[in-house]
Amino acid sequence: MSTQADSASHSEGQQHPIGLYFKVWILLFVLSSMSYAVDYFHFVGYLRWTLILVFMFLKAGLIITVFMHFAWESSTLKLALGLPVIAIIVFIGFMAVEADYTFLSRLTFMSGGT
Amino acid sequence: MTSTPGVNAKNSYWQNLVNDWGADREVFKLSWGKLMMWIFLLSDTFIFSVFLIAYMNVRMSATDSWPLTSEVFALHVGGADIPLLLIAIMTFILITSSGTMAMAVNCAYQRNKAATFKLMIATAILGASFVGMQAFEWSKLILDEGVRPWANPMGAAQFGSAFFMITGFHGVHVSIGVIYLTVVAFKVLRGHYDERGFQIVEITGLYWHFVDLVWVFIFAFFYLW
Repeated sequence: MSTQADSASHSEGQQHPIGLYFKVWILLFVLSSMSYAVDYFHFVGYLRWTLILVFMFLKAGLIITVFMHFAWESSTLKLALGLPVIAIIVFIGFMAVEADYTFLSRLTFMSGGT
Repeated sequence: MTSTPGVNAKNSYWQNLVNDWGADREVFKLSWGKLMMWIFLLSDTFIFSVFLIAYMNVRMSATDSWPLTSEVFALHVGGADIPLLLIAIMTFILITSSGTMAMAVNCAYQRNKAATFKLMIATAILGASFVGMQAFEWSKLILDEGVRPWANPMGAAQFGSAFFMITGFHGVHVSIGVIYLTVVAFKVLRGHYDERGFQIVEITGLYWHFVDLVWVFIFAFFYLW
């Protein structure tokens, strides 16, 4: 394997040292094993949910920033792609409130039906 | 006035932003192919988000207990049930394929066509084996355990519809990715991109990494939660 001496030479496109990819690759394996271990060792409650989210965001972050080269893109593209994602977070909030309301309505009016 | 690197980096961030948007010419200094792939992936992000949010909604509002995914997706190996074994294997396969894809992009920019071809085909084969395992998982669930989109014997009826919609849509993405990868790999080998450059490999890679990215979220929210 020939490794590029410099990290980002933008002559033709994104070029980064191959060692960086290997490090991220190994890290993704470790993180996946850890998230699987969360289930395997039967963690429950807030500990389980926190661990799942932490490992998920770490994995997603590594894939986006390094594998998809997002870290080296221009600030303009980062903003244009990052900003709309806020709408998803707002939508999650809306739907959580709505689901809560549906659940309570079902408990009140349907006596435990689906 | 001491200029620390951090402050300079921050200035250039906003400076670049203002320059790009305010210069009365094209904002994104990317090739159209790469920009369009990013915008497609953003729209796809919204589609998968809506699926996962719908799943959250029905799971939160279900009054029946949600089936225990750890048991539903357990695999019987050597006389013991190992929870989520197949799903774990599928996760590792997708991550491996993401790694080979990243290597392929690297080789493509070094104009090493043979290595690029091999790595892209390896990625496609890993993707195809993922789809194969998913087909196995679906048939096991439908035939052996009687899970249907409208009902299942384990608990809340919404489980089936959420499962088939989310994993089905992701499986379709993987299948399309396998075809896309194979087509581009053969075009690389035949010298189709010798003159116009190998950015197509990076664009294909963006799509493939996105498929892996979506699986990270499905794995966390649907299988582990």
